[in-house]
Amino acid sequence: MKPSPLPSDDVAAYAPRNYLNAPATGLMSWLNTRDHKRIGVMFLIATTIAFAVGGLFAMLIRLELLTPGPTVMDPMTYNRMFTLHGVVMIFLFMIPVIPSGFGNFLVPLMIGAKDVAFPKLNLLSFYLYLIGAVVALAGMIWGGADTGWTFYTPYSTDTITKVTPILLGAFILGFSSILTGLNFIVTTHTMRAPGMGWMRMPLFVWSIYATSIIQILATPVLGMTLLLVVVDRAFHLGVFDPTWGGDPVLFQHFFWFYSHPAVYIMVLPAMAVISEVVCTFSHKNIFGYKAVAYSSLGIAFVGFFTWGHHLFTSGQSAFDAGIFGILSMFVGIFTAIKVFNWTATLYKGSISFKTPFAYFVGFLFFLVFGGMTGVALATVSLDVHWHDTYFVVAHFHFIMVGAVMMAFLAALHYWFPKITGRTYPEGWGLVAAVMIILGFNFTFIPQFLLGNMGMPRRYYSYSERFQALNVASTAGASVLAIGLTIILVYLLVSLRYGRVAGSNPWLSRGFEWDTPSPPPPENYPVTPVIEHGPHDYDGENITLPPHQHAPEPEPHAS
Amino acid sequence: MNELLRRILFLPEQASTYAESVDQLHYFVIITTMIAAAGVFGVAIYFFVRYRRRSDVEATPRVRPKAIHEVLFIGVPLAFFVLWFAIGYPQFVSLQTPPKDAMDVYVQGKQWMWKFAYPDGPSAVNTLRVPVGRPVRLLITSRDVIHSFYVPALRIKMDALPGRYTQAWFQAEQPGRYEIFCAEYCGLSHSGMVGELVAMPAAEFDAWMATQRRGIVVSQDSAPTEGEHVRPAANVVDEGARIAAAQGCLKCHSVDGSRHIGPTFANLYGREEKLQDGKTVTADEAYLTRSMMEPGVELVSGYQNVMPTYQGKLAPPDTAAIVEYIKSLRSSASRPGPSEPPAYEAIPAPK
Amino acid sequence: MQASPLAHHFENLEKQAHAARLGMWLFLATEILLFTVLFAAYALYRFLFPEAFALSSRALETWVGFVNTIVLVTSSLTVATGLHSATRGDGRKTALWFGISVLLAVVFLVLKAYEYNHHFHTGQLPGRFYTYEGVKAPGAPMYFTLYFLITGLHAIHVIVGMTVLVVIGALARKGRYTAAYHVPVELGALYWHLVDLIWIFVFPLIYLI
Repeated sequence: MKPSPLPSDDVAAYAPRNYLNAPATGLMSWLNTRDHKRIGVMFLIATTIAFAVGGLFAMLIRLELLTPGPTVMDPMTYNRMFTLHGVVMIFLFMIPVIPSGFGNFLVPLMIGAKDVAFPKLNLLSFYLYLIGAVVALAGMIWGGADTGWTFYTPYSTDTITKVTPILLGAFILGFSSILTGLNFIVTTHTMRAPGMGWMRMPLFVWSIYATSIIQILATPVLGMTLLLVVVDRAFHLGVFDPTWGGDPVLFQHFFWFYSHPAVYIMVLPAMAVISEVVCTFSHKNIFGYKAVAYSSLGIAFVGFFTWGHHLFTSGQSAFDAGIFGILSMFVGIFTAIKVFNWTATLYKGSISFKTPFAYFVGFLFFLVFGGMTGVALATVSLDVHWHDTYFVVAHFHFIMVGAVMMAFLAALHYWFPKITGRTYPEGWGLVAAVMIILGFNFTFIPQFLLGNMGMPRRYYSYSERFQALNVASTAGASVLAIGLTIILVYLLVSLRYGRVAGSNPWLSRGFEWDTPSPPPPENYPVTPVIEHGPHDYDGENITLPPHQHAPEPEPHAS
Repeated sequence: MNELLRRILFLPEQASTYAESVDQLHYFVIITTMIAAAGVFGVAIYFFVRYRRRSDVEATPRVRPKAIHEVLFIGVPLAFFVLWFAIGYPQFVSLQTPPKDAMDVYVQGKQWMWKFAYPDGPSAVNTLRVPVGRPVRLLITSRDVIHSFYVPALRIKMDALPGRYTQAWFQAEQPGRYEIFCAEYCGLSHSGMVGELVAMPAAEFDAWMATQRRGIVVSQDSAPTEGEHVRPAANVVDEGARIAAAQGCLKCHSVDGSRHIGPTFANLYGREEKLQDGKTVTADEAYLTRSMMEPGVELVSGYQNVMPTYQGKLAPPDTAAIVEYIKSLRSSASRPGPSEPPAYEAIPAPK
Repeated sequence: MQASPLAHHFENLEKQAHAARLGMWLFLATEILLFTVLFAAYALYRFLFPEAFALSSRALETWVGFVNTIVLVTSSLTVATGLHSATRGDGRKTALWFGISVLLAVVFLVLKAYEYNHHFHTGQLPGRFYTYEGVKAPGAPMYFTLYFLITGLHAIHVIVGMTVLVVIGALARKGRYTAAYHVPVELGALYWHLVDLIWIFVFPLIYLI
């Protein structure tokens, strides 16, 4: 796409001195960096590799499910495969990718800061990610666990497969997550540029902030719970073993106390991205800023009280089921608020249909459908039939892949110019987006129907009548995989050969676009003073220069 | 209408009395979901086209929401969600509350099969026979890890937990055969743990039950009837369960860990029992067999000496079967080695 | 660290101090949630096995727990005194008071070791290792499982806290902190107070009720 001629911004220029080549180049300068942008890029690379690994496991699973009986692997391998698919996708990709990848790169840029509050802790967070990933990987190579990523006791305390390294890997990854969250909370509170009150913060920052709250409050619970399973495996103390008076369902309560908020750790950053993409590509301010901002906090808060909806058929009392059911529905309300506000943002906008926006389109449909099937599951009596079937699998993949992965791809394309200084080929971008959206539908809509038919999840072999839909699902997954491969190829090519982007190819009013592409290591040579809200497009002639000038020394709003 | 929607949504037949009302709520929720998704999407598509960017320097107005917008954004979904909850929750409560006159069946999930037992009646592996038109209450437990008893056609599901009983109930509407799945991952053969629910007309069921009780069919109910799919039968353990029920052992000895007139059978095998005279004994094959023959000799501390002797009532194969049954009632997944035959002294002649 | 403690990305020392304190409080929140899991498990199993838990609690030597509580509370006092010295720029006094706190922590650990030794000898051990004759109610092994998990996790945090105090005390003695900027001393003191606070909850839960 041709950037419009801006009087103050000449022909698209590639910033000669930027964070990629300053203050130093070479591997050691990256491994020892304190620059949030470099750390963000390293996270992006690592999590994308993890995504590819998890995706490979997914394709193998779908291959096995082409026939009712054995297809390409034996049952024990299959059981390990879906366990590792879940572990890798959730702990190594979905939870870190947007917060630690894009969040790290963008949050300081968006609030006018030079870095995050604790750059060294940020680097530590990355190394903890690597160490946790290596430990979990060692467990996988050593055979891998076969418990499912949910590690239910007593199976997980008794099985002979290598559960402990995976649990320890997840434990270490948890600390990476906690440190990232801690960093963002302090950064948001203390490092906003003068003039940026809370109500002028980009919505991306609001959502990342809400995510960070969940990260620091929920992750320790998971850490302790996984540690208890490790100790039980090692010493057979019986914390969850009925032989010694233990309660296996207690594990489920502890596990889901983290893992349900965890899904909001995954979805809130996706919503963060979408808020930015919607505004930029409709060249319009968000319809209801306060509603969208507060709904992020609402999701984070209410999300802590809904974990019991994973235990409707576990023998808990009907009263508990009722409480968790109704609270789960409230979370759906906050999501609905966001969906309506995003859609209303398009009204009287000026929409350029670029690749990031194409992913927003997919995101919108999949979030509404996936989210409402979530509310359907929370309708307690319906969940009795659906629990632990492919209906649930389809529901969460609609959100995790349909919403979160789409948002990830939108973010990748939207901020590619800012991170690399180059653009990607827009035509290929749209082709891949269409393939992915179509492939996604064919992969997961059949799974809703399989769930209705009664096919349970984690099934290696299945009754004949389930085969047709399984074949359809695998076909869809193949299209999805091809689409993703296309993206990988053209993005890698664009790293080297993409057209130079300039500081603001999208003509966005987001604050991060006020910097050159790629940005300099110190972000802003002079601390900016913020004079307008984010995505302020109204009436402004967008060819005016970005709002940034040398500040007078003045007390800052915090 | 019900049938049409059921087929479109790929739902199984509605084989229980509450299946249809559950499905009706399902239709309501799903149709609303689809309308909402189509609605949002449709509006979005309209906006994409109507407000597409026409020039590079277009500006946009600042549109501010009015309070009514946010009220609608919150109120409309909330109204639907609360309505669904208001219908679904009472439905759930009724799914969890068996009628008073329900017939009990014990269900035990174990890696990787289902075992069923009727109180005072036969036991079976992987095949559950129930009468049509009568409510049935399932008392479900597990021998090892967590399983989940799931019959899609009935819309019933309940986890099988080690160390406790959970319950679920249903009433079959019409005769038929329905698949039973395990719906909680339990290891290698999780997907192989498939059973069959056979709903028989009530009269047929009563006749079958009477035949079973008469002991004519000595082995358990995996003897296939015509056209029935044969599943692998269990071994002497089920025989032991049947005998223990028939001989009245279960009247004094519980199988779920609760203390009753006699020590519980749950986790009894291998337990260190403290005897009344202060000595400790391991409850192995020998001890268990001795206890059946001479109950008062090695009495567990804290219990009354009221157990009758089964000498003469139980042949050696029967006592062995009961011992195997007791051995099977362990909640830990770790298994001891194969059982040694009971090694006991010759039973002294009655005094 | 550099000559001036101000980091490049902060505008001034005041902001940096504020950020450091906020970060520390958030970290303390995560520690509390870590222990909450064990307390929740304790609450559930106490509800399921009230008799066994009460009897097992009696079977502990309460005086050791009591002395340990006094020891830890005193160590918190000495840490607070050390922080006070730091606010006056007196690094040597800070090191001295922190040193006393560390010694008190050692006393705590020694007493705990004595207790653990006693448990090993009487068979008051977790889960399947339980052989204590004194309490035979069902659920007693679970009590000791939780006892060892809670006090063990706490002891690990005591050791971590001691390390923190030693390092900061040593740096204080070298004159690293001034009356104007002594935030690391504050943070170290905060961590120690948390370790103490957790014990204040552990003591009644395990020993008294």
